[in-house]
Amino acid sequence: MSRYSVFAIAREALRFHQGWERAWRSPEPKPRYDVIIVGAGGHGLATAYYLGKNFGITNVAVIEKGWLGGGNTGRNTTIIRSNYLQDPSAAIYEKARSLYETLSQDLNYNVMFSPRGLLMLAQTHHEVRGYLRTVHANGLQNVTTEWIGPERVKELVPIINIDGPRYPVLGALYQARGGTARHDAVAWGYARACSAMGMDIIQQCEVKGVRSEGGKVTGVETTRGFIGCSKLGIVVAGHSGQVAEMAGFRLPIEAVALQALVSEPIKPCMDVVVMANTVHGYMSQSDKGEMVIGGGTDGFNNFTQRGSFQHIEETLRALIETFPMISRLKMLRQWGGIVDMTGDRSPIISKTPLGNCFINCGWGTGGFKAIPGSGWAMAELMAKGEPGPLAAEFNLGRFREGRFIDESVAAGVAH
Amino acid sequence: MLTLTCPYCGVKAEETELAPGGEAHLKRFGPGSSDDEFESYMFARRNEKGVHFERWRHAYGCGKWFLAARDTATLEVFATYPAQTPEPPPEVVAAIKARRPDWKGYK
Ligand SMILES: Cc1cc2nc3c(=O)[nH]c(=O)nc-3n(C[C@H](O)[C@H](O)[C@H](O)COP(=O)(O)OP(=O)(O)OC[C@H]3O[C@@H](n4cnc5c(N)ncnc54)[C@H](O)[C@@H]3O)c2cc1C
Ligand SMILES: [Zn+2]
Repeated sequence: MSRYSVFAIAREALRFHQGWERAWRSPEPKPRYDVIIVGAGGHGLATAYYLGKNFGITNVAVIEKGWLGGGNTGRNTTIIRSNYLQDPSAAIYEKARSLYETLSQDLNYNVMFSPRGLLMLAQTHHEVRGYLRTVHANGLQNVTTEWIGPERVKELVPIINIDGPRYPVLGALYQARGGTARHDAVAWGYARACSAMGMDIIQQCEVKGVRSEGGKVTGVETTRGFIGCSKLGIVVAGHSGQVAEMAGFRLPIEAVALQALVSEPIKPCMDVVVMANTVHGYMSQSDKGEMVIGGGTDGFNNFTQRGSFQHIEETLRALIETFPMISRLKMLRQWGGIVDMTGDRSPIISKTPLGNCFINCGWGTGGFKAIPGSGWAMAELMAKGEPGPLAAEFNLGRFREGRFIDESVAAGVAH
Repeated sequence: MLTLTCPYCGVKAEETELAPGGEAHLKRFGPGSSDDEFESYMFARRNEKGVHFERWRHAYGCGKWFLAARDTATLEVFATYPAQTPEPPPEVVAAIKARRPDWKGYK
């Protein structure tokens, strides 16, 4: 793999860009690998990457039924933050956020991490108290956040209406190093780095069955034949329940649709990310100038990657009071993804009933921000067979033990 | 947009009139049950990609709970039926089989 650099751009400019290599290989599957990861979304690819980088395990295949990054990783609104409430969440989301800070250098791929600052608006007194509590919790967790008043909100977001009749802005939880990154680039950057380490990313190959013997996985049945492995990682988000069923266990997961939309591009008008949990909407401006908007999930099980129209209406209706200027905007595109929801709105990074099979799922509406930290923790779990400190609390056993990591408030709006 | 017929008032209700209520036919376990039973009652869900049985409430209509058989992969609705039904009744099963001959059946 040749490195991307300013010199590479100059060199290629001089030879009419004839020398760029493909970012990753498209190999035929080998009969067997040390590790197979099912699902080439951000979490699967990051798991493979840190298996190689942190543990020297490179005989790895990442198997993807569609194209890499085509699941939720390529459909999300790219909010990155770590201002959660519970300690285990703060630890893994902050690990991820701090890895994002240097990810472009690490991968030699520009993921366009933009720590532009992120505000979670408080629009009821209840929310004010909730966020003050979060600020204090974050202080104890070494996550830098602060509480700011409405005037400071207005300074940071000139287009906001802080004294709306129904939901005035009473202040905000502000994380100055939160922000966004380019979602596709995160998947592509990890894929390129994995391929460079000799790993095989096998696209257009669906896992149809999991073969096991004596409580251990021996490999997976795919649309391109059987592929053997010593360890299996299942990282398939919305389809976690389906793949777990192939492996013979059930998950506390339900799949629902989450939608997002973007407006026509306009001149720069908002250089922070704003989330409004009471009214259930959030917004940021992309580098292309589009306003990127999202809201809540649909309420029923759904695998169609298509959401209900009234949720879009609800989201926009809610945001218009707080951002009156968007009432004149035309919306360009709308899409949906199938998100994997757990009961406590926290992820699962866990061993499974099969000794050499591991699962990473349940990131639901908010796992893009976690990709580097989740991959890091999952790689450690798969390499050692036991979870490290980042993953330990997120095991499947917590549902049986009633030891929830309740983030239904921090994750109250889908993001 | 989903349209479900309320089995009580017969109204063809579209989604905005309805409130979804999760998986139907859960067997309840309480005090005295094993940890496994309680965990699976509380958290394990079928989450089928395909034929799914679920609870809905005619929230902005008669206000009553009812059940629906629906395909989560296509959004096709097979049937709706009253909530006081411990498992899918034969006519609902038949309606599903008519549209999905290789459906393995409930359970
Ligand atoms: C509209 C929307 C907005 C969002 N906004 C945000 C946000 O602002 N911030 C944030 O942090 N998070 C956000 N999220 C959540 C985030 O997108 C996800 O949590 C994250 O991308 C999950 O990554 P993943 O790698 O686990 O899953 P995915 O990217 O979905 O990857 C899973 C892959 O597994 C593959 N797969 C499935 N079954 C099989 C099989 N049988 N065989 C082979 N491959 C299979 C799929 O094709 C898919 O590519 C949002 C999600 C949506 C839908
Ligand atoms: Zn009714």
